[in-house]
Amino acid sequence: MTESAIILKSAGSKRHRAEARFRAYGLIAIAISLSFLLVMIGSITMRGTGAFKQTFVQIEVNLPAEKLDPEGTRDPEVLRKARYGKLLKSALRDQFPDAKKRADKKSLYKLVSSTAEYSIRDQVAANPSLVGGTHPFWVRASSDVDQYIKGAIDGSLEESQRRVNDKQIAWIESLEAGGNIESRFNTQFFTGGDSREPEQAGIMGAVVGSALTLLICFLLAFPIGVLAAVYLEEFSAKGRINRFIEVNINNLAAVPSIVYGLLGLAILLNVFNLPRSTPLVGGMVLALMTLPTIIIASRSSLRAVPPSIREAAFGLGASKVQTTFHHVVPLAMPGMLTGSIIGMAQALGETAPLLMIGMVAFIVDVPGGVTEAATALPVQIFLWADSPERGFMEKTSAAILVLLGFLVIMNLAAVYLRRRLEIRW
Amino acid sequence: MVEDLAMNEDTKQPMTPILKVRDGQVFYAEKQAIIDVNVDIHPNAVTAFIGPSGCGKSTLLRCFNRMNDVIPICRVSGSFEFSGQDIYDSEVDVVSLRQRIGMVFQKPNPFPKSIYDNIAYGPKIHGLASSKSEMQEIVETSLTRAGLWNEVKDRLDQPGTGLSGGQQQRLCIARAIAVQPKVILMDEPCSALDPIATATIETLIDELRENYTIIIVTHSMQQAARVSQKTAFFHLGELVEFGSTEQIFSSPVDERTQNYITGRIG
Repeated sequence: MTESAIILKSAGSKRHRAEARFRAYGLIAIAISLSFLLVMIGSITMRGTGAFKQTFVQIEVNLPAEKLDPEGTRDPEVLRKARYGKLLKSALRDQFPDAKKRADKKSLYKLVSSTAEYSIRDQVAANPSLVGGTHPFWVRASSDVDQYIKGAIDGSLEESQRRVNDKQIAWIESLEAGGNIESRFNTQFFTGGDSREPEQAGIMGAVVGSALTLLICFLLAFPIGVLAAVYLEEFSAKGRINRFIEVNINNLAAVPSIVYGLLGLAILLNVFNLPRSTPLVGGMVLALMTLPTIIIASRSSLRAVPPSIREAAFGLGASKVQTTFHHVVPLAMPGMLTGSIIGMAQALGETAPLLMIGMVAFIVDVPGGVTEAATALPVQIFLWADSPERGFMEKTSAAILVLLGFLVIMNLAAVYLRRRLEIRW
Repeated sequence: MVEDLAMNEDTKQPMTPILKVRDGQVFYAEKQAIIDVNVDIHPNAVTAFIGPSGCGKSTLLRCFNRMNDVIPICRVSGSFEFSGQDIYDSEVDVVSLRQRIGMVFQKPNPFPKSIYDNIAYGPKIHGLASSKSEMQEIVETSLTRAGLWNEVKDRLDQPGTGLSGGQQQRLCIARAIAVQPKVILMDEPCSALDPIATATIETLIDELRENYTIIIVTHSMQQAARVSQKTAFFHLGELVEFGSTEQIFSSPVDERTQNYITGRIG
């Protein structure tokens, strides 16, 4: 047998086949997990993109001066106090005179959002010269109309089976034929707070709430976590107590997050009487949850600093504190920051502890500070997912997309920081 | 024997040793690493510590600047004196001790900072420079003394870790002399370097002898013979023989020394 024959034969050997098989298993595993991810993101995206568009309806509204501003001051304050609901309703009746019966009128009024009158009010107050004439106004369509236009409500179903009745469909079609229906980018979704009306609901309140909560969480957890790690790793005696603490920190990292929520409820709210439903308390609870992660990550990045650097500093006469804070901590900082960002990303997605401390309340206003009632992104998703209105379905998916976006940004930031700050030696 | 050598080579006058060890003992937990060592180190000379691995020569070296302090299980007894002062006295400030007794390690360990900052760090923490120009002067003098100035003067802002191994080790020497020590301890400074870099460092050590007292731990007997004036041979934690390098290598008194330098043990 020649040399090459031996090589060829071993190529088809059992060992070779085993390697090929193992490669195949690995590829299959990756393909399966990737396809799950694709299906998940794909379905959320498909459901969620609708929320970024909102249907608007144009209505000619008569604004009689004697009703809005009897004294003729044209003062925006006076104009704000006037009632626009009736004007809008009569404008709708004028446009569709066939709605005579009480029930028909009711479904006619349901074409536009119940918040439409406020949007007219704001436009008039901003431009008082509109008073005393008939002007076209673009107002939000109601969620049902919006859903019908987007095709989420099937018009071919039995009338009793759908949220939009035959008359409404006829009106929508006539509005569409007149060019009075438009689909626009839904800025309200990104700039508004929560609302009972799906067409009016936005995530700004939840985003700001989450940001404030994470700010508190970072301000508490990062310094405490880093200092604890530095002390345990650099200063304390490596004895039994140190190991005991390490084991317990590792255990704490695995404690279900709802337990931290209960702790927050029992201690922070009931004992210290901190304000309920606020980012302050939410941040404190999440800080408790994130601390073990930050300590563990910081300790391992401190351990990764070569001992020769410590020796070099000691050899020059640097004290323990100087050595630690001039050399060791700066070198470990990228790892510490990365660990913290990953911990924060975890905290951003956390719902259960926030439910326990009451951040699940329905809050319309965008919070202005850490002691104002607020909700957070994952809780907002939970709230919307729980709402019966059809319009909230796409909002839920859209909010998930926003949350995923923030998570991706945070994780990219962690990768970037690691690459950017890492010093090689 | 120690007393015989306590003479200045030029004047033949007795000299006061800069470092003095009497009954020096070091334990790692229960294991004794240094057994009853008595040694006098004389100023402005190079003293080489030789001996097989694990003989305690690095341990003894690290006693002089109390680098063993960071090892919790390490215990030192006996008398260690630096210029007549007990190194292990509870009143001694380790920081100023290490400023006077600098150290260069086996593996070059520059800080991952610029060349300038590497040198300037020591003077900065000890407050040796009151102005920026003074600091620049210290950096330049230190690098010049370490024979590195001409190679790095145009790139002082570049990381010290970007230099070659030999340059890094000279940077570490420059860093050590920047705090104006009296003694420089060198723990196998050339073991990670190629022969050319080693030769450069050896020349440098010879030049530094003029201003500093140097103790060098080395595994290479040729190196000890080349750079040192005094040699101490350690075996199993004991100081077996201490004398002028010439005498140790040409006519060792102890059989173990003879066996080691001829390559029969080690």
